[in-house]
Amino acid sequence: MKPFIPKPSPPRWATKLLQWYCAPQLIEEVQGDLEEEFDFKIKQVGLTKARLDYVRNVIGFIKPFAIKRRKSTINNNAMFKSYFKIGWRNLSRNKMYSLINIGGLAVGMAVVMLIGLWVYDEVSYNHSHTNYRNIAQVYRRFTEPLEQKTISTEWLPQPMAKVLTEKYGHLFKHIVLVRSYSDYTLRVGESSFIKVGQFIENGMTDMFSLNMLRGSKESLSDQQAIIISESTAKAIFGEKDPINQTVKLDSKIDAVVRGVYADIAKNSVFGNIQFFANFENLRANNEGIKANENNWGQTSHWIYVQTKDNVSVERASEAMRDLYLKDSPDGFKEGAKKYKTNVWLHPMKDWYLYSEFKDGYPIAGRVTYVWLFAIVGLFVLLLACINFMNLSTARSEKRAKEVGIRKAIGSVKLQLVNQFLSESFLVVFLALVIALVLVSMSLSPFNELADKSIQLPFDNIYFWLLCFAFLTITSFLSGLYPAFYLSSFQPVKVLKGSSPLGRFAALPRRILVITQVSVSVVLMIGTIIVYQQIQYAQNRPIGYDRKGLIRIPIKDPDFNKSKLVIQNELLASGLASNVGFSSSPVTAIWDNWGGFTWKGKNPEAESSFTVTWTNEDYGKTIQWKVLQGRDFSREFGTDADVVIINKSAAKYMGLENPIGEFITQESNNNQHRLIIGVVDDVIATSPYESVQPGFYWLEKDASNLWQMLIKLNHSISTKEALSKIESIQNKLVPSAPFVYSFVDEEYGNKFKAEQRLGRLASLFAILAIFISCLGLFGLSSFIAEQKTKEIGIRKVLGASVATLWRMLSKDFVVLVLLSCFIAVPISYYFLTNWLKTYQYHTEISWWVFALSGMGALAITIVTVSFQAIKAAMANPINSLRSE
Amino acid sequence: MKRVYLGEFEELVLLVVAMLESDAYGVKITHEITDQTNRSVRLNQVHAALHRLEDKGMINSKMGDPTPQRGGRRKRIFTITAFGQNTLAEMKTVRAHLWNLLPSSMKIVGG
Repeated sequence: MKPFIPKPSPPRWATKLLQWYCAPQLIEEVQGDLEEEFDFKIKQVGLTKARLDYVRNVIGFIKPFAIKRRKSTINNNAMFKSYFKIGWRNLSRNKMYSLINIGGLAVGMAVVMLIGLWVYDEVSYNHSHTNYRNIAQVYRRFTEPLEQKTISTEWLPQPMAKVLTEKYGHLFKHIVLVRSYSDYTLRVGESSFIKVGQFIENGMTDMFSLNMLRGSKESLSDQQAIIISESTAKAIFGEKDPINQTVKLDSKIDAVVRGVYADIAKNSVFGNIQFFANFENLRANNEGIKANENNWGQTSHWIYVQTKDNVSVERASEAMRDLYLKDSPDGFKEGAKKYKTNVWLHPMKDWYLYSEFKDGYPIAGRVTYVWLFAIVGLFVLLLACINFMNLSTARSEKRAKEVGIRKAIGSVKLQLVNQFLSESFLVVFLALVIALVLVSMSLSPFNELADKSIQLPFDNIYFWLLCFAFLTITSFLSGLYPAFYLSSFQPVKVLKGSSPLGRFAALPRRILVITQVSVSVVLMIGTIIVYQQIQYAQNRPIGYDRKGLIRIPIKDPDFNKSKLVIQNELLASGLASNVGFSSSPVTAIWDNWGGFTWKGKNPEAESSFTVTWTNEDYGKTIQWKVLQGRDFSREFGTDADVVIINKSAAKYMGLENPIGEFITQESNNNQHRLIIGVVDDVIATSPYESVQPGFYWLEKDASNLWQMLIKLNHSISTKEALSKIESIQNKLVPSAPFVYSFVDEEYGNKFKAEQRLGRLASLFAILAIFISCLGLFGLSSFIAEQKTKEIGIRKVLGASVATLWRMLSKDFVVLVLLSCFIAVPISYYFLTNWLKTYQYHTEISWWVFALSGMGALAITIVTVSFQAIKAAMANPINSLRSE
Repeated sequence: MKRVYLGEFEELVLLVVAMLESDAYGVKITHEITDQTNRSVRLNQVHAALHRLEDKGMINSKMGDPTPQRGGRRKRIFTITAFGQNTLAEMKTVRAHLWNLLPSSMKIVGG
């Protein structure tokens, strides 16, 4: 019954607010109490005050205890428990299936994790220097007027640093001149150490944010200062205090240790450098550098800059673009106009990833491999997920009845979706745990393979977040299709026994198999081609004999004085069959010179030639092949201004008979040199590139040649010969440490990058193929299981094992053939592009594709046959009896 | 013996719950505290204290019968548990003991 006068009521909005925030389990009592209190207050203090009091009470109840909902109803918890229990039972019932599923996924995830760590390491190269966003290296770009070829170079003249400070100082915080790093002999007291060091100007400690353990940011400021890394300090001084110890560099330069810095991260441009010394010290001790302090023509230094915090590298680069046109000495301004010289900054974040130049612009480099491996990683994960989806849908027939019954007793679709998703979550979680174990076990061999020092960042919160994201995404991705597919079955149909799978039910599964096999085949072809390319380059004739050839770089002036004595001793003792001297190692080019003329030269041709100075014994020592004319020889007393050219030079110069012609060097007072011989091309730089035209100049005074080459006597074992050479050297030059390298090893180093790539690629290809095989194996076993009855009946009616085997395998063979047709053009396209980046490269031959296709087919047939034959051999009684 | 910590206000609420026997619910407890101690307390404070006490196991609760004053809503009736009673008794003993230990000049204040 309604009362005639409406009961006074509390403010509606306050009640609404209460109902909104209050937890459902509390609303009844709280609202009841509030209303009772409200009625009480009306009587006590009147309606208006009662309403105010009510509002105060409602607001007063906004407290955690009133808002907090019960976590979830008991019912839901039980459901999830049940989901996981059912999931677990399903896994443990089909052990084989679970093993394939979890194992495949785990391997896939481990691969992705490794690749992810690798990619992260590559991408974060140089990031350990706090200011890396503001640091850049200065480059000079110019266009050769004749060939219109644009080139960028980091080699710059010393006075440019001065101009930068004076005219462009407002842009930069630091400008440092750098000499490229190299090996130095550090003598401390009586002992000597070989360490990699770099001469650099003072600002670098602050610029590259070195963590100074001893000394300060200004430790490099005094001219004789050097600062050494922590591990170098340990290696040289042990427990002794390194500060203020004197060190002699290469027996020439005196230096004093002023600071110790924490080792720089390995993935940094300074990762291999063990000490830094003040550039001024080098200049004071090196005539060549001192003489060229203000010479714009000698370009043998690098310049690093750090822009001011509010100046971007791009802006600074733009501002200093025309430095050569505006600020170089007059003679160079004209040259700059002719060569269109401009100056630009290469930002530190790109140094590593974009280190390859095309037409004067950085376009590629490691970033190519980063992308390549990232894509491979994604594909491997895709393969693993595809396996999971494939196996789950293939098993749908078996679980169709379960779904039917669940639906019949009242399960709604969402619950079924939840069930299948939680099952996939369970599988992915197990796989993730196994993957983490696999990764931590395989990290050290992987580091060795990839030349990295990667660690699992267990203490990094982002790593765990990423793992979690990975877990969720993968379980959703791989569980989504089965979840929705299985939960959409109509209970009536499945319980009646008719198959829920329509005619096209197998289509998505087939597409998945095709994708999987295609990826594997592409990876397989890629690996073969990478190896072929390496093999091809390794088999390239190199123009000399590197067997038993060792190189001793001479740094010590005392050594230099007595090297001819050493040569004589080595030859006299029969340890060496030949000893020669040269200005640069056989496996490197240190000098490029231009400005030569010869008879019939195109006056516009402006190519430079590689130049190596050698003595008369050099050719015999490395055993180069003289094609025309003769080698240098002491028997010809006239051999003074003579030159031997290589085959490429002969071709480039276009001389029909080069012997007896002259090469004139205009820049050097028109000095003439007589060509006395042509030798076969010696590969000194990259084995993938064509050999540059080169000259070998005779230098009779061996004291100017700082590389000693020794051809060991092949009748003495290398180990014995080395120890004897060492004792000879120690006897004659006790001050210098015995340093040597094998030329064939140095040559082999040129292949390291590609070999590493090849090994990584083959590792991932093998894993990808392994994962696909697991998938095919699982799939074929389910198909065989589905067809158990059919096989039984066929057998009873007289089908042979071979017929049954063919029947079961035919499907897969067709799919593999289809995949090959997809994989071949894709891989052809990418690999021809990859090979084009090498001047000297192999051709892709058809048999590689044929072989990979056959390989994939063979692997598939073997994998599938295992199940097919097992099913075909089974006794039909067993399969037909069970119902 | 380790005892659950009980705040001053909680102790008060607990005493009132014990006092009201089977008729202790939010509004009633609030009014009773106001009447007996002249303290102005708010409903939400009492509710929060009741929650804490229930969490500590000092009181039990069950939903009572619906009454017309409350728009037909039910009350939650609180009753003290044995643990709650023991706690109160123990606190009283401790206090009495401490009072006995006070110097005689102070004892007059407490009576």
